[in-house]
Amino acid sequence: MAMLKMQRIYIYALIKYCKDILETLQRRGVVEIENLELEDSVFFKEDTSSLQAQYNRSAATATEALEILSRYAPQKKGLLSSFKGREQISTAEYDKMVDGAQDTLRIAYDIISYQKNIDMNEAEKVKYEAQLEAIRPWLSLDVPMTFTGTATTTAFIGKFSDKRSSTDIVTQLAELIPEIEGIDVEIISSDENQTCVFILAMKQDAEEVSDALRRIGFEYPSYVSPVAPQTREKQINKHLSNREGRILEAENNIKSCEKYYAKLEFLEDYFVMKSERYKAFDDISTSRNTFVLSGYITERDAGELKTYLEEHFDAEVELEESDTPETPVVLKNNKFAEPTESVLASYSYPDRHEADPTSIMAIFYYVFFGMMFSDAGYGMVMALACGILLKKFKGMEAGLRRSMKMFFWCGVSTTIWGLLFGSFFGDAVSVISNTFFHTPPPDIPGLVVPIWFNPVTDPMQMLMFSFLLGIIHLFAGLAIMAYNDIKHKEYAAVLYDVVSWYLLVGGAVLALLSLDMMGNIAGFVLPPIFLTIGGVMAAIGALLILLFAGRESKNPVKRLLKGAYGLYGATGYLSDILSYSRLLALGLATGVIAQVFNQIGSMMGSGVIGVIIFTLIFVIGHGLNIGINALGAYVHTNRLQFVEFFGKFYTGGGREFKPFKINTKHYTVKEEI
Amino acid sequence: MSEFFNNSGLFFALLGAAIATLMAGIGSAIGVGKAGVAAAGVLAEEPSLFGKVLIFQLLPATQGIYGLLVGFLILSNVGLIGEPKDISVLQGMLYFASALPIAFAGLWSAIYQSKCAVAGISTVAKKPDQMGKAIILPAMVETYAILALLISILAIFGIAGMQ
Repeated sequence: MAMLKMQRIYIYALIKYCKDILETLQRRGVVEIENLELEDSVFFKEDTSSLQAQYNRSAATATEALEILSRYAPQKKGLLSSFKGREQISTAEYDKMVDGAQDTLRIAYDIISYQKNIDMNEAEKVKYEAQLEAIRPWLSLDVPMTFTGTATTTAFIGKFSDKRSSTDIVTQLAELIPEIEGIDVEIISSDENQTCVFILAMKQDAEEVSDALRRIGFEYPSYVSPVAPQTREKQINKHLSNREGRILEAENNIKSCEKYYAKLEFLEDYFVMKSERYKAFDDISTSRNTFVLSGYITERDAGELKTYLEEHFDAEVELEESDTPETPVVLKNNKFAEPTESVLASYSYPDRHEADPTSIMAIFYYVFFGMMFSDAGYGMVMALACGILLKKFKGMEAGLRRSMKMFFWCGVSTTIWGLLFGSFFGDAVSVISNTFFHTPPPDIPGLVVPIWFNPVTDPMQMLMFSFLLGIIHLFAGLAIMAYNDIKHKEYAAVLYDVVSWYLLVGGAVLALLSLDMMGNIAGFVLPPIFLTIGGVMAAIGALLILLFAGRESKNPVKRLLKGAYGLYGATGYLSDILSYSRLLALGLATGVIAQVFNQIGSMMGSGVIGVIIFTLIFVIGHGLNIGINALGAYVHTNRLQFVEFFGKFYTGGGREFKPFKINTKHYTVKEEI
Repeated sequence: MSEFFNNSGLFFALLGAAIATLMAGIGSAIGVGKAGVAAAGVLAEEPSLFGKVLIFQLLPATQGIYGLLVGFLILSNVGLIGEPKDISVLQGMLYFASALPIAFAGLWSAIYQSKCAVAGISTVAKKPDQMGKAIILPAMVETYAILALLISILAIFGIAGMQ
């Protein structure tokens, strides 16, 4: 339950060390650089935008080359490769890779130009294929399509856009120009959509024939082969195989670059890193020979960085305590609570002046998740899966590692609740023993008989327990509010805003439990004396709220009205507490659905087929149930934290600490310290 | 006629199981369908978001499961699964009534949850890091399906305990 102390850091050094210092900061990733608005006669901002653009372009080149390369030479990736995280390289390896960067960049350009070559040839291929398609109906024509006729004749080479026979055409022409004779019509090819024709007429009749032809629907072809169509076909085929050869060659060239894959990945990272480093220049102020950098750093890392910079770069480092509202927040929690920090972060970072509720939240988080998922078998599967992944992939990214740890603890909690409620893959043990061994199951505590009680047979007890946990959760939230008030020395607020609600809600619960009516539901009744005690407590609480909830208003009427409105908040508490009934409902849903699958699986009896069917349904059914109920448990645990718990005390609005660091895709550099 | 009426307890119970499963199922089918359409649209642009949008698509799927759960509980309580039991007309009608909350709340909450899920999918398409917040909003709608499920289940357990 803490936040790290933050310090402002100022670094003054000679400009010749500027790049090295920035590289150090980037690799360590401990300083958030803040824009130093310092521009006067001495200090100015260096404009590095053109350099940034250049490096971004180089990075984009590498990205494009990688993308092309993986298209022609796919990289094998394991199913679990997304857990692997970025590869770590040592500084020596890093320096070696940097030396080869220019060569690799040339390879990237080569790959891209091969791809351009392929694209160009593909386009040509498409063009030739279209030509081939166009001359196909003309293949039986033995003269070039440009043939216009002999000394005494005129040729018309063209088509009609329907099916016609030569008789059709001759008759149609005879109707239009009966006086002209000696027209020779030859059908080259014909199908439903077009008829290709070669028509020969006497030269002196050319004009009339042309006119008549147009009137009956004759048109010239869109592609005209300059040589005889068959010759043209051969030419085109040669061109096509030529182009294909070139494409294949370029593809092979690209494939031969596969060995540079890792280097290209590094290249992409290298230029991204470089561009980000130059981007940091926007926030630094430089003079002719020196520069100033300001930012935030945690107290934990400050001393070490100061010594390092002062020793290696002759820099002057100034540190001062920072507690302004702009100061970013870094959370610090123990191993158990730390994984849930991301849940808090997805709501909001805490304000610098309030307590970090992560450690309290973590306890409830694991407990609620476990109650909703509530099956020992499922919990073990989840904890084992997360545990193995965590062990196997040491280089896992920090965010993913955190979630894995969180689900590991959720799995552990689920196992414990499952044992308490006697659910192990639902009622798998009894079903298997009854179906396949025809004996009632042995009374194994946890797996068959619940260690505590079975919520499916005793839902009311579970409901009461859910409400009890809910009240504890809400009261814990109020307690954190009290803690914050005490820290700010607002002792009266503790009485008016926290104790008053403790009295009202606690008193009301006591009074309700001593009523006969509630006894039927709860299964027990408190002695009548608690009705009086509870009533008095609630009355005092209500009075405190009525009188003091509106204490900020000077006007007494307004104050009383605000107090009354504050008292109306009691309905909020009622709905908040009822909201915890989802602990019961989701827990039942997991348990009963698991039983349903077991029952369906056991319907085929105890033969060999029965065993096979049971196994199949068991695996698929429980897999499905784990998926959908883990999602439900996760979402609703978050909801209980965000709405019911945080709603009671949490202000939030803190700013996340975003250090200047290596922001790459494939590699991280291991710092040797 | 009266004999027919006296034996119709089982019919009403089955009607309850049917209505719980079918109405909540229809709601989930509509909801998952709508969210799926939106999810597929996002995938066309950003295939890497598959894992995230899939979760959104599954959010309205739970109502159908709650319906199945209630349907199954009724079937096994009245002996349509397992040993046959004698069910009076009153008991059958009570089972029917107990199915109503999840049937209706399931149908509508799944449909409205899907609208929220579709909006969440577009949030994640633009800002994948806001997943945590975007997923809570549709979960709010589900609360009412859970409350309905709770009453349906408590009622069924109550009826079974009456005898």
